[in-house]
Amino acid sequence: MPPKSGHQRAKNIDYDDDELYSDEDEYYEEGGEEEGISEADKQQMAAATIKVKEALGGSLKPTDAEIQEALWHYYYDVAKSVSYLKNKYAPKAPSKPKQPQKPASRFDQAASAAGTGTTDGPSKQKAIPKKSAADKLAESLDKVQVEETPKIKSKNLNVVEEFAKSGLKRMANFVVIGHVDHGKSTLMGRLLYDLKVIDQRSVDKLKKEAESIGKDSFALAWVMDQTSEERSRGVTVDIATNNFETDTTRFTILDAPGHRDFIPNMIAGASMADFAVLVIDASTNSFESGLKGQTKEHALLVRSMGVQRLIVAVNKMDTVNWSQRRFGEISEQMTAFFVAASFSPKQITFVPCAGKEGDNVTKRVDQSQAEWYTGPTLVEALDMCEPAKRPVEKPLRLTISDVFRGGITNPVSISGRIDAGTLQIGDTILAMPSNEKATIKAIEINDEPVDWAVAGQIPTLHLQDIDPVHLRLGDIACDPRNPVRLVKSFTCKILAFEHVLPSSVDVFRGRLQAEGRIIRLSSTLNKTTGEVIKKKPRIIKPAEVARVVVELERELPLEHGVRIVLRERGSTVAAGLLEG
Amino acid sequence: MRLLKQQIERKDGSGFAVLLPEEPEDMWHAYNLIQPTDTLRARAIRRVSKTSDAGSTASQRIALDLSITVTSTDFDIASGQLHVAGRVVSENEHVKLGSHHTLDLELNRKFTLEKGEGWDSVAVEMLREACDTEKRAELWAVVMGEGIANICLITEHQTILRQRVEVAVPRKRKGDIGGHDKGMNRFYATVLSTLLRHLDLSSSSSTPSSSADKTIPLLLASPGFVATAFLAHIKAEATRTTNKPLMTLLPTILVAHSSSPHVHSLSEVLASPAITAKLSDTKYARETALMDRFLMLMRQDDARAWYGPREVERAVAKGAVGRGGGVLLISNALFRAQNVKERRRWVGLVERVKEVEGGEVRVLSSLHESGKRLEALGNVAAILTYPVEDLDESDDEGEEIRNAGGVNGAEEMII
Repeated sequence: MPPKSGHQRAKNIDYDDDELYSDEDEYYEEGGEEEGISEADKQQMAAATIKVKEALGGSLKPTDAEIQEALWHYYYDVAKSVSYLKNKYAPKAPSKPKQPQKPASRFDQAASAAGTGTTDGPSKQKAIPKKSAADKLAESLDKVQVEETPKIKSKNLNVVEEFAKSGLKRMANFVVIGHVDHGKSTLMGRLLYDLKVIDQRSVDKLKKEAESIGKDSFALAWVMDQTSEERSRGVTVDIATNNFETDTTRFTILDAPGHRDFIPNMIAGASMADFAVLVIDASTNSFESGLKGQTKEHALLVRSMGVQRLIVAVNKMDTVNWSQRRFGEISEQMTAFFVAASFSPKQITFVPCAGKEGDNVTKRVDQSQAEWYTGPTLVEALDMCEPAKRPVEKPLRLTISDVFRGGITNPVSISGRIDAGTLQIGDTILAMPSNEKATIKAIEINDEPVDWAVAGQIPTLHLQDIDPVHLRLGDIACDPRNPVRLVKSFTCKILAFEHVLPSSVDVFRGRLQAEGRIIRLSSTLNKTTGEVIKKKPRIIKPAEVARVVVELERELPLEHGVRIVLRERGSTVAAGLLEG
Repeated sequence: MRLLKQQIERKDGSGFAVLLPEEPEDMWHAYNLIQPTDTLRARAIRRVSKTSDAGSTASQRIALDLSITVTSTDFDIASGQLHVAGRVVSENEHVKLGSHHTLDLELNRKFTLEKGEGWDSVAVEMLREACDTEKRAELWAVVMGEGIANICLITEHQTILRQRVEVAVPRKRKGDIGGHDKGMNRFYATVLSTLLRHLDLSSSSSTPSSSADKTIPLLLASPGFVATAFLAHIKAEATRTTNKPLMTLLPTILVAHSSSPHVHSLSEVLASPAITAKLSDTKYARETALMDRFLMLMRQDDARAWYGPREVERAVAKGAVGRGGGVLLISNALFRAQNVKERRRWVGLVERVKEVEGGEVRVLSSLHESGKRLEALGNVAAILTYPVEDLDESDDEGEEIRNAGGVNGAEEMII
């Protein structure tokens, strides 16, 4: 370009700007005639064309058609297109000094991934030979983008590799379920206390507080139940999370409420768990009343949420003098029920224990009545559980289970389990259904800052560039390049717990709770083969498997294969698997 | 609604009725009454443009009475407005015959309705019900959960969702207990201020005569303890701000248990014994009880309960919905059918059950929860006097494939 005076240059810039807009217009006109390019593609193309032009600056002037061709080949990847064009037009473009990488540096990652042979078509031959130069130029592009989004630096890790390398301890999340007042929270409080996660002083303090309102037996439960309401009423209302570590595994406890009103919260907890601990009160009458109550419902729910492994903690054994007969009786009854609910007997372990006293929780019982029991303690049983497989390679899906203010420096924070994929600091996530993007400023797992997180973990993400009104409980945070589709109605295969008729239901998926209607009973199915038994049944009876169509009040991010629970009038009518 | 004049021939249903809507709910009745092909005469404002001889045009708005043949109706539930579109049937100096006009029915303005197809039994019944002047039950209800509240107004014929309040409440977290409590307080404050805006307590207290006989009771329902805590919040707030109207409201507040924070759990709240005792005579409660009875029979797999248009018509044809317990449940949505033939089909069904078979007919309001439940079942259901099997058998039989073989314990279930 010929040298110009300042005035002229200013003019020139103006001209460039004008050209930019007019190009866009031109593009739209052209695009209209082209076939096979969707509206979204066009927009993406237009936006990307502008970016490429900016990135190339004034030094190169490829035509729009060339830019767009490059973009098309690189699937709208601006960085790669830029580097390709630069290489093409100015093979000796000066390489810039290495810069710390910025949010957009995922491009880089993608570029290297592309280089290893995922792209097809003509782009491949051009891309590979120039890869080293391309990388450097991609970095220089990142530098250009620094001005737009400052602050967050991505370490640009390959999280999947990091995860494999890290040699982290096994991680497992388990949900504690059972009927109300069977001692779930107390048992977990005891576990944490005995494992020295909670120190003596805090427990003493809780004991004193509990005694002062005449509820001294609740002291250990208060480790988990922290809100004033839960304490004054003596029931768990919401999921409490806590962590502990054994020699082999890092566990996250999800202590679920047992009261029937709070089953939505329990479902939220169960959806985050790898396996479940079912707490059963062994004392006379309690076990029986629990069977009628939530013991069965909870067990069925976790089963239909996909939990296969179950540890049954037969609690309060001290009240029945560690009677072997009582333990046997309970195990027998429950096993029969579990098999009917299609749990595999191999996946079920029965452990007798006493939560309040701490017998057989972390250490064995030293009472003579309990000598008959030689099996594992509760912690040993937990240690034997294989955590579920982690789909780290899939696109990111994180169900938001909490939105809160993480502090003065972190005004918007979310937490939730990563269902699939990975994330790291600097990543951009897309919140659905609000369709708003946010950038991850920091990640915490178990209150420790980390650089990345993978599927199966329950991280806390501190976000920026988003208003908290766009984040609601049950929303999905996903990869912007692989967004979740929103659906208004869906077909699902359900296992009926109660009679199912077309009616209004509450649809649950993890923390998500929505209004919906069963609009059609399509067919009843054979339980094992999935064959159609009867088309258009007039009613679905309990324990039958059926296919139904559900319509939602508003669009929600639900994907094929997610597990949902349908509830009506305070009881679970059915649990199912989404088919599309 | 006030019936000013009525001239309906018993025999052929010809004739007209002059009606005066007085309260918002009357619009809902009018919506149910007015059908396509009917003739409606009401006050209208129409812009009339005149072209003078010189070619200049002048337009002005004139109020005039217009008669139209109805082509479609449009009802806005939230604002209670009814728009009736049609073509002018009586010409006058301003409006030509056959030109289109949309009448907006207004409160306290009379309208004359003449039925195109004649006044059938259902229409006459509706008219009677609409003009029923006995005191109507009204109820405000707030169905709530943590961070979500639905403010509804329940009237004799409608459940209107006035507003939904959603406030993000942080969940309980380890070491951060304040966030949850603070969030809940903010939530209660938001719900209360929203509710007060809707209740409009100040206006009713300014006219003492009306407030004396018209304190609408308020119902709070929620799973868990939210409703109770909210009541405590209202009490505290009433004392703190010494809000007189709010204080007077306090004794009328009922607290009930619901299983979810969604509007459709209202049906369950209103069916609960504590509430039915207070509201037993409302149409709503009666309808809810009836739906519950029907669903109970369904659950027992009793062949006396059937739903769906085809099945119910077959049952009626067999004479199973008759004297001695036969009940036909039908949603008024079916009578609003734009298609005359469709409407006649349902009117015929109702007349047959009522007059030939001697059964009971209940028309459920599609704006109530019970009506919505019925809607899910295809808008029509029946409780039969004797069990009839296989009403649902379709014409293309042999579709049923009974798979033999129970569930094998070893096999994986498909879900």
